[in-house]
Amino acid sequence: MAKMATIYIDNKPYTVKEGDNLLHACLSLGFDIPYFCWHPAMHSVGACRQCAVKQFKDENDTLGRIVMSCMTPAVEGTRISIDDEEVRAFRKSIIEFLMTNHPHDCPVCDEGGECHLQDMTVMTGHSYRRFRFKKRTYRNQYLGPFVNHEMNRCIQCYRCVRFYRDYAGGRDFGAFASHHHVYFGRHKEGALENEFSGNLVEICPTGVFTDKTFKRHYTRKWDLQTAPSVCVHCGLGCNTIPGERYGLLRRIQNRYNGAVNGYFLCDRGRFGYEFVNAERRIRQPLMKRSSLPVPREEVMQHLSRLIYFGARVIGIGSPRASLEGNFALRSLVGEDHFYTGVSAMDARLLEKIIMVLAKGPARSSSLAEAGAADAVFVLGEDVTNSAPLLALSLRQSVRLKPMEIDKRLHIPEWDDSAVRNAAQQEKRPLFVATPYRTKLEEVSTQAYHAAPDDLARLGFAVAHELDNRSPAVKGLPKKLHTLAEGIARVLSQAEHPLIVSGTGCGSEAVLESAANVAWALCRKNRSADLCFAVPECNSLGLALMGEGSVSDAFKAVHDGAVDTAIILENDLYLRAETEDVNSFFDKVRNVIVIDHSVTGTASKADVVVPAAAFAEGDGTLVNNEGRAQRFYQVFVPDRDIEESWRWLRDIMAASGRPGLKHWTGLDDIVQAMSNSIKAFKNIAESNVPAGYRITGQHIPRQPHRYSGRTAMHANISVVEPKPPEDKDSPLSFSMEGFSGQPPAGLIPRFWAPGWNSVQALNKFQSEVGGPLTGGDPGQRLFEPVQESTVSYFDEVPGAFSPRENELLLVRVYHIFGSEELSAMSPCIAESAPGPYIGLKPEDAELFQVSEGRDVRISINDKEYSLPVKYLPELPSGVGVLPAGLRGLEGLELPAWGRINNQAKG
Amino acid sequence: MERPLTGSMRPDGLPLSIKDYEDKGGYQAARKAVTGMSPKEVQDLAKDANLRGRGGAGFNTGMKWSFVPMGDSAPRPKYFVVNADEMEPGTFKDRMLMEGNPHQLIEGTIIAAYAIEADISYIFLRGEYKICEKRLAAAIAEAYSRHYLGKKIFGSGYNLEMRLHTSAGRYICGEETALLNSLEGKRAIPRARPPFPQVSGLWGKPTVVNNVETLCNVPHIINNGAEWYKGLSRSQYGGTKIYGVSGRVKTPGLWELPMGTTIREIIWEHARGMREGYQFRSVIPGGASTEFLTEEHLDVQMDFDSMQKAGSRLGTGTMIVIDDHTCPVGAVHNLEQFFARESCGWCTPCREGLPWIANILHAIENGQGRPEDLEILAQHTDSLWLNKTFCALAPGAMEPLRSALQIFREDFIRHIKEGKCTYGKNGNNLH
Repeated sequence: MAKMATIYIDNKPYTVKEGDNLLHACLSLGFDIPYFCWHPAMHSVGACRQCAVKQFKDENDTLGRIVMSCMTPAVEGTRISIDDEEVRAFRKSIIEFLMTNHPHDCPVCDEGGECHLQDMTVMTGHSYRRFRFKKRTYRNQYLGPFVNHEMNRCIQCYRCVRFYRDYAGGRDFGAFASHHHVYFGRHKEGALENEFSGNLVEICPTGVFTDKTFKRHYTRKWDLQTAPSVCVHCGLGCNTIPGERYGLLRRIQNRYNGAVNGYFLCDRGRFGYEFVNAERRIRQPLMKRSSLPVPREEVMQHLSRLIYFGARVIGIGSPRASLEGNFALRSLVGEDHFYTGVSAMDARLLEKIIMVLAKGPARSSSLAEAGAADAVFVLGEDVTNSAPLLALSLRQSVRLKPMEIDKRLHIPEWDDSAVRNAAQQEKRPLFVATPYRTKLEEVSTQAYHAAPDDLARLGFAVAHELDNRSPAVKGLPKKLHTLAEGIARVLSQAEHPLIVSGTGCGSEAVLESAANVAWALCRKNRSADLCFAVPECNSLGLALMGEGSVSDAFKAVHDGAVDTAIILENDLYLRAETEDVNSFFDKVRNVIVIDHSVTGTASKADVVVPAAAFAEGDGTLVNNEGRAQRFYQVFVPDRDIEESWRWLRDIMAASGRPGLKHWTGLDDIVQAMSNSIKAFKNIAESNVPAGYRITGQHIPRQPHRYSGRTAMHANISVVEPKPPEDKDSPLSFSMEGFSGQPPAGLIPRFWAPGWNSVQALNKFQSEVGGPLTGGDPGQRLFEPVQESTVSYFDEVPGAFSPRENELLLVRVYHIFGSEELSAMSPCIAESAPGPYIGLKPEDAELFQVSEGRDVRISINDKEYSLPVKYLPELPSGVGVLPAGLRGLEGLELPAWGRINNQAKG
Repeated sequence: MERPLTGSMRPDGLPLSIKDYEDKGGYQAARKAVTGMSPKEVQDLAKDANLRGRGGAGFNTGMKWSFVPMGDSAPRPKYFVVNADEMEPGTFKDRMLMEGNPHQLIEGTIIAAYAIEADISYIFLRGEYKICEKRLAAAIAEAYSRHYLGKKIFGSGYNLEMRLHTSAGRYICGEETALLNSLEGKRAIPRARPPFPQVSGLWGKPTVVNNVETLCNVPHIINNGAEWYKGLSRSQYGGTKIYGVSGRVKTPGLWELPMGTTIREIIWEHARGMREGYQFRSVIPGGASTEFLTEEHLDVQMDFDSMQKAGSRLGTGTMIVIDDHTCPVGAVHNLEQFFARESCGWCTPCREGLPWIANILHAIENGQGRPEDLEILAQHTDSLWLNKTFCALAPGAMEPLRSALQIFREDFIRHIKEGKCTYGKNGNNLH
């Protein structure tokens, strides 16, 4: 428990955490103090001088002195005034200073209406311009497809550079020049290289950095219809707020969740949304026999004939579809005929992860907990590319806390510059062991590159060092043994050690070794956490629902037991080799695809029905932590588009199959799921039912200033339509409703009177930077078994031995390109690399190829021709291929590849 | 009159070689301190002598050293940094000390570094001081060759490295924490205190930053004791002071005089009064960032307390004399333009306020002033004052402005009323 202190604000006593800075304390108490440079995640530096308050020595001090609230700790008896006339005048003068150079372009500025500078200007009361001289102007830069640059608007709060460099570790962006010409940008024009650059849009208190994708279909914040959502572009489940108008998804903003993503998103999550608006969307039912879209009734009739009682139907689910969609499919075809639709390898890996997390003593860590770990061991995962925000969390975990530097310095944790100056390059331990060099190594204590089997051996060796009941590794080279000893020592000394692994290098042994390390620590009474990166937004949820991979489905078809296959939101060509998928399609008589976008699989289907994309429907996703999170429909899509589960329910009803479900809303199907699958027993616990009302009112998706409500469709009809009904949630497609704060999971946007920017978030937290009021949303589905008797994994793989003329090919991930849905968004596609093969230069020389030249390589009897990219830090005999990139879909790695170029005699 | 700092310098302006310096008793003090005194004794001696920092703030030097964590549990390495980034307008005293006798500075630094058990010392030198750079580099090499620097100096167990760093050139680097950031290769932005550099300074380690002139005093205190040092002064603060005069006086220059010499004596005896045809009007006593004083203050002693009482500061002790032909509005404009340009751009009032001030002063000087300008300027002197800005640069910039607005109020009003500078073409400069 933090020590509390009584402080006096304008002569009234308040209880606050002792040692917090006064700005943090006052904002948490609900006071309005304007600020710019302070950020709850990046803390205080005292640059902008906007948050001034007056401090008094004691009750007899009437003069007081002006201090910056962000730089002044709250101690017992602190007396301050926010309202004092002199300090109000000073705060007003700061805005006046900032405004001397700020352009008066709010009407054409994308930030207008959600601008922190506007809000703070109004808050301080500055309204009359006295500065009559020329404003300074800058040249703007092209910063890539994500972020727009308009430097004239800059108020030099330094937040951008502090986020980009200090927080996110970017190097290609900085502060330049001096005095009133300070410039924030790149040393020369070009795309920002950091994976988290999009956060500049929200970090910037005004319109210097704005969302370039939003700009192309711009709408004011008050005209956006929004709802709480969850990102679908990796397995972390970051919370988002998508915004829509006129049926077009316009942008994604961060939705704070103290336990998950906090204040930030990665660029894939923020900018990957445009697949929802893409040409490739399926908007009406399609049938192979008709070149035109088919009316819904006709499709239903057709489908009911295909899925008649007794027909042999299988269902293939999807890790990118909601639990509800998968569950509806499973209900329709029956548990025995439901396949999860992931590759055979992913199925094995995910099953292993669930076993480890649900049966073992180590807890799955949230992103927030990962950021607070004091020693981290990354085993086999390139988190920057496969689970980007986890990398951002780990970058914070390595920061020393002031107490660790030297407690005699008495530096408060929020004094950001002082903490960084005192800590300098010193960092908390982070060990990274991966097949290839990853970006996280920039902040690592030590890195190790090896083939997956050797990574697992390192993991097993560490576990054995920690607990000799965990199996020993035979024939471990001395150097590796020393490394393992070192890692074990550091982990066992840590209070909150974290082991990070994942499906990335496709090795069960790696996962097992990671589990052994964490379990060994737990058995030494360390609260060791595990964090596994999983490939897709519902990978874990789907794995909890059933087994059966795509290969199992193919086998069922091969065995001739299938008339019809229903494929849910899944492109099988990404899950298995093209030939296998083709032969599957050849054998199945009827293929029904329910999806939102045209894929290779959809184009093979006999019937395609249009599914809702994430912003068009409600559902539940389970993230890598095992946290079930609900996403809510943002807008009502074209008439025929519906959530997959609704299609499946109606197909079930039309076909007259047994077990007809009367699911009218999402709550019904969630209840059914909770009743029938043990893993989901408590899934509905933190859900707010659809019938929930506050003072009898819905929670509006549209803000109260939503304009043109009655005129929006007046060009089509002057009759104002009744807002569509929402059977699934307490949200309404309207601006009417409860205007106060809804429960934490139902916040459609952050807004409070006087706070129109994202900074309104302060008003929604129990304490600034803390959990949302009422607790952060989401329901953890499993907790560790404290007294777990689960035994250590004991199959230690043998050491990797390179083969002549062959390479072990492992997957390499790219934040832009390796994920299916975001890759359909133009700005992400533009940022994705082309396919290539990564080779160690020495290996390349052996095969007589050089960088940029093509190499011919056979994998599973199929030949690929790919340009070579040198990766000097690869282990010998190992090559990498980018996962999911065009031309390499469906390739299951790791696999051996035979080089067909002439080898050196 | 004793002139310990400058008395041994050559009349031709060339530097003393290490031999010349040692012939005149050089390095005896360092030897004595390092081999015969404990660091604590050195600290106490400086404290007793009441040696005050000569960079402008006037803090007790021995006291400053005493805040450094000492002994085996102290974080290592510890650093000692010489602030030789002399960029205060009108100030050129450190340059004279470094050009004329670089070994004196090195010796003072060795003693001071020893007093805090520093491992590494840096001389952070103003980049334009090319002659200083050359002479210091040569002197450091000489000192190393005689093992006065490096390992086991003077045969003791004490090690001290010394490096010369030439600044890329910003006024703000004279601010000790901005200097440390710059030395670390970061933007020259001041740091918030606490923590003070003595506990978390260069690269997060205990660090003391002292001015050149301060350090040049140290060997003499060691050699002659605290009482001798105090006896040099005409005030309660010990020692002599390098005073300087620039402006339209007969012989501008620098003189080492007892601390507490009056302004009148400095201007009329040492600088030999005003040039023919020019009348004394006012003086900025201690570099650009101190308040103007006038005729009535001429008998004020130039020491820390007396200057404060008179409403200004001793600052660097090098004064700029304003004559009756120099337009005070133009002079202040010149100063404020300098400060606006040298703002590091970190905090809002300084970054945005100083250019506004410079703009207004430029407008007034060029006949475009408006009556409300004086009020805006007055408000700036408040909004850019201590605690409201991040460091002391802007408050320093406000000192001459604030006093000018009072002393030269008539001039400002006349400029605005008549819509022109009343001093003619030559009034708008400060040389």
